[in-house]
Amino acid sequence: MTDTIETPPSAPKSRFAKFWDSDFAWSFRHSPVAMVASLVVVILVLAAIFAPLIAPYNPFDPATLNLMNGFTPPGTPNAFTQETFLLGTDDQGRDVFSTILYGLRISLFVGASAVLLAMIIGVILGLMAAYYGGWIETLIMRIADVQLTFPAILVAMLIFGIAKGVTPPEYRNAMAIYVLIIAIALSDWVQFARVVRGAALVEKNKEYVQAARLIGRGSIPIMFRHILPNVLSPVLVIATISLALAIIAEATLSFLGVGAPPTQPSLGTLIRIGQGFLFSGEWWILFFPACTLLALALSVNLLGDWLRDALNPKLR
Amino acid sequence: MFAYIVRRMFQSVIVLLVVGLVAFSMFRFVGDPIDNMLGQERTQADIDRLRTELGLDQPFPVQYFKFLKGAVQGDFGVSYRQGRPVSTILIERAPATLELAFVSGFLAITMGIALGVFTAIRRQGIAANVIMTVSLLGVSLPTFLIGILLIYVFSIELGWLPSFGRGETVKIGNWSTGFLTASGLKALILPAITLGLYQMTLIMRLVRSEMLEVMRADYVRFARARGLSDRVINFRHALKNTLVPVITITGLQLGSIIAFAIITETVFQWPGVGLLFINAIQFVDIPVMAAYLMLISVMFVTINLIVDLLYYAIDPRMRVDARAT
Repeated sequence: MTDTIETPPSAPKSRFAKFWDSDFAWSFRHSPVAMVASLVVVILVLAAIFAPLIAPYNPFDPATLNLMNGFTPPGTPNAFTQETFLLGTDDQGRDVFSTILYGLRISLFVGASAVLLAMIIGVILGLMAAYYGGWIETLIMRIADVQLTFPAILVAMLIFGIAKGVTPPEYRNAMAIYVLIIAIALSDWVQFARVVRGAALVEKNKEYVQAARLIGRGSIPIMFRHILPNVLSPVLVIATISLALAIIAEATLSFLGVGAPPTQPSLGTLIRIGQGFLFSGEWWILFFPACTLLALALSVNLLGDWLRDALNPKLR
Repeated sequence: MFAYIVRRMFQSVIVLLVVGLVAFSMFRFVGDPIDNMLGQERTQADIDRLRTELGLDQPFPVQYFKFLKGAVQGDFGVSYRQGRPVSTILIERAPATLELAFVSGFLAITMGIALGVFTAIRRQGIAANVIMTVSLLGVSLPTFLIGILLIYVFSIELGWLPSFGRGETVKIGNWSTGFLTASGLKALILPAITLGLYQMTLIMRLVRSEMLEVMRADYVRFARARGLSDRVINFRHALKNTLVPVITITGLQLGSIIAFAIITETVFQWPGVGLLFINAIQFVDIPVMAAYLMLISVMFVTINLIVDLLYYAIDPRMRVDARAT
């Protein structure tokens, strides 16, 4: 433990140095699990963002597809075209590596947007419930209680089903991704609302809030400028764990065929496609997307666990 | 006690009425039933006649009341896709899902409690540590991947068990059961494990942590001081006191089993209610969706009610609380 006995520098520390010395960063540097997990997440996120640059083929451009390349096993040249693919090709001759990169992009986009939306809804409703109290609180928390009795995945399926019925058939494929985001977000806001309300109820009675009220600040600035920053750390933990759940929820819905359309396949859609070829021995179409999904969900999950421990002073 | 039960039941009824409203709104606003029933060659007179016949010209609350009345009597309308009454289809499909849920629930509870007690008693043992590590993986694996993995190992590589369907079933009255044939039982194994695994790991981890806590309690130490055997201490004293939270979680998990059956049924093409629901979403078959929604909410609300009442019956402290509020 030599790095912890540093002599404090006399000059005022830079922001980065301050962060580096914080308990939070210390806990990160001493958790190999957190470091490996965040490394995996960073690699996968970068791969998703730069998918068009990394991917050797554009799997959605019919011009680059050659049906003769179909079912090429990974790493071996195709019998007809002599082309080699790192992770093989699927039935339509699409490079599996490229489809995974693009699928990852959609999975992460849907997961992150859904969590963000759920967070916004949950934080606003949770703050309102705690701050106003009365019938607003009763109404919001009752809805939350009722929704909690149903599993989130079921709620998301129902919302997806209803939305699908409302949108005209010609827009269904184009809208599917956004409907998916809304469905997952609406199935997940309850966690945020409950946590924010719990934390905000405590903060609400502290002196700084009373002081802010005394000098005449409105209720909305008090909620968002004063209370919100003080309840953010549990929100961050919930958001990370929710991200893992949202990614799995998206994959599950897409796998069941009620999520991302085949024209915009996410990892779940790819696994759904791959399952059909498992029996005929083309294992790679299923195996690599499944591994990617697993690595993503597992590392986000582990990161969330670590974050929960690191931000919770009681556990130290 | 009585006031508590009445209040709890009142809440449940309100929840059901709200869910009914959602289901009814689906009928009313998602797609036009007239469009679905009449073909291309229709006149305005036809439309008006059917509208009056179906009662669609009446005010919203009246229609809602009629819908509820039908739902209570098991009348959910006709499936747009299959053209048969939804209730008939549901009754046909229900045994498959219920048998699957029953077997996985049984598996999850017995194995979960047994493994939980084992890992708590032999906390330091190698076997217990291996089980705990594997269970961590079991919690993070999505259900459908577990199913696919099992199919790959036991159906494709080893060829021991079927990968889809229910096998042969025997009809007893309206109930088609897979319990009585060898192929039916064999077909049940993989889906039941897939469905029960997650719940099993949850119950196991819960029992383990509760057991560890209880075993540190004074009364267990006194029991040990009195010279009671480990067996009596572990099962009579410790396990009994861990059961209250276990019952709550298990009860709530029963609902999840039904919900997660949707995923398992899709992976194994199990002809149950869940597969019906997924197909209904894919083809926007509103009556089936609405009926499933109503059915599953009745189930969830009932389970929650029973768990609450059971809790109340098991833990005497709850009674004091309930009286106070």
